[in-house]
Parts: sequence; structure tokens; C-alpha cells
Amino acid sequence: MLEIRNLTRRFAAVTAVEDVSLSIPAGQLVGVIGRSGAGKSTLLRMINRLVDPSSGSIAFEGRDITALAGAALRRWRADCAMIFQQFNLVGRLDVLTNVLVGRLNRRASLSSLLGRFTEAERALAIRTLDRLDLADTALQRAETLSGGQQQRVAIARALMQSPRLILADEPIASLDPRNAKVVMDALRRINREDGLTVLCNLHTLDTAREYCDRIIGMQAGRVVFDGPPAALSGEMARTIYGVGEAEQAALESVTSTALRA
Amino acid sequence: MSNAAAIAAASVAADPGAAAVARIEALRAQAAQARRKATLGYGALLLLCIIVAAWINEVHPRALAAGIPRIGEYFALTVPKLEWAQLFAGPRTEGSLAFWFYRADEWGWLLLQTANMAAMATLAGTLGGFCLAFPAASNLAPRRWIYVAARRMAELCRTVPEIVYALIFVWAFGVGPLAGILAIAIHSVGALGKLFAEVVENADMRPVEGVTAAGGNWFETVRFAVLPQVAPNFLSYAILRFEINVRGASVIGFVGGGGIGQELYHVIAFNYYEEVSAIVAMIILCVATIDLVSEHLRHRLIGTARI
Repeated sequence: MLEIRNLTRRFAAVTAVEDVSLSIPAGQLVGVIGRSGAGKSTLLRMINRLVDPSSGSIAFEGRDITALAGAALRRWRADCAMIFQQFNLVGRLDVLTNVLVGRLNRRASLSSLLGRFTEAERALAIRTLDRLDLADTALQRAETLSGGQQQRVAIARALMQSPRLILADEPIASLDPRNAKVVMDALRRINREDGLTVLCNLHTLDTAREYCDRIIGMQAGRVVFDGPPAALSGEMARTIYGVGEAEQAALESVTSTALRA
Repeated sequence: MSNAAAIAAASVAADPGAAAVARIEALRAQAAQARRKATLGYGALLLLCIIVAAWINEVHPRALAAGIPRIGEYFALTVPKLEWAQLFAGPRTEGSLAFWFYRADEWGWLLLQTANMAAMATLAGTLGGFCLAFPAASNLAPRRWIYVAARRMAELCRTVPEIVYALIFVWAFGVGPLAGILAIAIHSVGALGKLFAEVVENADMRPVEGVTAAGGNWFETVRFAVLPQVAPNFLSYAILRFEINVRGASVIGFVGGGGIGQELYHVIAFNYYEEVSAIVAMIILCVATIDLVSEHLRHRLIGTARI
């Protein structure tokens, strides 16, 4: 259970996230939607503590996350794996090492710095890659892979963290529809099979509708909608995206990433 | 679809990963062994080179052991005879600081000239290096021959030692700072040209594509897509070069290139031991001050550049 209470983040004159309160039970696949600049990224990055809140609190299973520092903070970061829009892999390292990066928090630092991983760790990394259909790329440099493959490597890295929670910040915004589907399917499968909570920023309505158990709509830093996909009316969507009726109809079809037969 | 199907099929099988683990581990072991072989081979080669180099250069433990105490002897000779009672007395009293630095005004002026030479040379070197850097960067050079010419030009400037240039210029322009400035400037053009070019080669090429696609010519691409990315690094390298040039300028006077070096050479040659230590102390103080200030400046530049 992730409990967010009155969370606010200000950047100089701009308030990116304003007084957000949410509670997310374990195992949910939650989509956060909204225009660019609505505060979706900042919200996710605050949960991982890549950004510190200006005020408010985040608690995970009763533990205050906002107060963590040092080793405890790094441990929490390992517990809530982050997936980025631009993948954030280390391009010049091979895929296997990129995936093993997900293990860093759970092993001795010195042997990591020398690049020594155990056979068991490598086996786990290869199995994880194999689950995402990528085992054969393991010894290639990460930068030689396509966008869709790189994002799946990033998911494998996230899984290696044995996380309690996955935070995905626009995971499919840089991908073509087919790869977008592969990545979203993988996230859903992890959510169903491993029972992991997934919190996913999306910029397309139909993806959110298709994959998520619950949709949170943000506008100008505030939560303006929170409910199941079925409850998200056209009018509500127009409020979230700040567009007129005709525009919205066009918007849904234009920004659709679904593959239609 | 096929990917999703493959994932589903893989998770159904009893131990789908085992085969993949065996396959990848075998490949990895192979690659690791090849790497180990290469490391051993090159390691042995490097060791051999070090031994040969030491033999050629007569680096011998016995010679080292014999010579090290003599360094101390020289230092001992240059130590001034200071006396507590007279420490702050006038320049005519033996044993006072003022007596040790009895020509401090002259040396101060020469040091100022030295720093000035370094500044002038760095300015000229930065301008020259800036002009060379873009054609000498493999990702921006418009033609292959321009790239090769710019690279060789930078090498020519860089590989001839400053002292050699200084000798030539002293012969041409006469004894004085002008010869020193020119010699250091030319060396700086070569060194900075290469460093700048490497910064340019590491620049992100996406903005270049953006400006090119908008119809910009080569100069506009450099100005709008590359310069904003590389400017902080250029400045940082130029300041580092200034630090190096201050040191270079203090010895260029040995061959008549102006600055404190001429005076230092004079007192060393005539065995004015106490004056050697006084001048060296002033040079160290001056160089250290400039280093501290410029390091501070450089860190501030890099700090702002990274945000």
C-alpha cells in the first residue's frame, strides 16, 4: 500500500505538483494521464526520491519514505524500480551488465566496482532477459539495440531489483506502436504474474484505457480524476487535456497507439 | 504479437531459461578467455617496454641511490641564512627576510611580465586553437583533406618544444618577451586545437542534424548547434592552459625569451645560491596563486555548464 498525503513540489515560481493525496493498494496497475507539464513525471520522481517533495508525505506500508536518507534511501530506490522514457541504459556497456546494474543495491560495493558478478546473478539476469525474449542480445552493447529492445532491457534491469513497485515514466512515448504494445504487454504481465504494483505515466488515453485498472488524471499539478477506466467520460478527458469536444474526438484517434487489424 | 506469444510460451515451459543461461554463459566464457589472453599478452609487452626504456635511459637503482643525496646538498646550499633577531630588519642587515629578497621589486616586475606573457600567449593560443578545432574534428570537418591538414597543423604546432620555437624567435626578433610569447602561443595553438577538437568530437550530433535540416550552412551549424555545447569546456581548457603557460613562461627566459627565466638562469649559472631560492620561492607563490584562482574559476564554469 502506497499512501501519498498532501504532496506538493514547487520549482522556483512553478508548482509542479500541488496537494496530491492518493492511496494505491498493492498489485494495482495504475495509469497517470495528463498534458505535458501536468506534473506526472514530478509525481513519479518524488516517489523514487529523485526529486524531493516541498511538503507532504509518502508512506509505503506504513514507512515514511520522505524521511529516508543514505543507505535506507538507496534501499528504497531498489525497492521501487524506475523505467524512463529515454530508457537511461548505459549505451557503452553490454546488455547483461546493464541488467546486472539492477542488482547493485543487494551486493557488496567493492566486488561490483571490479565488475565481478556471481554465476547465480548472471544466470538470473539471463533468465530475466529470456523472459523478455532478449537473451541473445546479452553480450551486445546496449546502444546497438532498437528502442523497443532497449526499453525491455530497462524492464529487465528493473526486475533484477526485485522491486515492490514499478514506476514507469512515459515508457512507450519514444516507441512505435508495435514496440509500445510489446512493452505495455510486458508491464501488464509483470503486474499479473509477479503481483507487482505498477505506476505508469502515459500520454495516450487509449493505452491507459486498455491496460490500467485505475486511471489518475492530472491537470496543472492537481489530481482531477481518480477512478476505473470505465468512469472516465469524454467530458472528463476534455478537462484533463484542456481541449474542446471536436478536438477531443480528433485527439483520441490521432494520438492512438493501438494497432487495429 | 510474436514477441508477446514468445514470452507467454516461455513462461509456460518448465525451465525455459536454462537453455538460454547455458548458451550465453558459454559465449561469455569464450569472450572472457579471449580478453584474458589479450590482457596477458599486452601486459607482458608493456613490461618489456618499461624494462627496455629504463635500460636505455640509464635508470638504475644504484645511480638513483647515489644521486638523491646530492639533490639535498644543492637545496642545503640555497637555504638562506636567516636570524630570528634580524628577521624583519632592513635589506642591509644580513639574516633578514629583506636581505634575502633584496631585489624583490625587480623580480616582482619580471614575474608580472611572465604572467603577462602567459596571458598574451594563452589568448592567442585559444583563438588559434578555436579556429583549428572545428575543421580538425572528424565529425564536423567538411572535407577529408581539410581535416587532415588541420590535424597535421595542430601537430606541427604542438610537437616542436616551446624552447626550440623560442630559440628561433629570439634569433629573428631579438632577446625579449615577444619571442617568448610567440613560442608559447604557437605551442598553445597546437595543444588547445587538439583538445578543443576532441571536445567537439564528443558533442551531441542531434542538434547539428536539426540545424542542417533547417538549411543552415557549415558556419551556422558550428555557431548554433556545436558552440553552445562546447563553449564551457573550451573555456575550462583555456584556463588550464593559462596555468600551464605561466610555468612555461617562467623557463622560456633561459633562452632569452623574456620574463623571470632570464634572471633565474643568470643566478643559477653564477651560483648565487640564496638568490636561486628567493626567485624559486616567488615563482612558486605566483604560480600557486594563479592555479588556485583559475581552478576556482574553472570549477564554477563546469558547475554552471552541467545544469
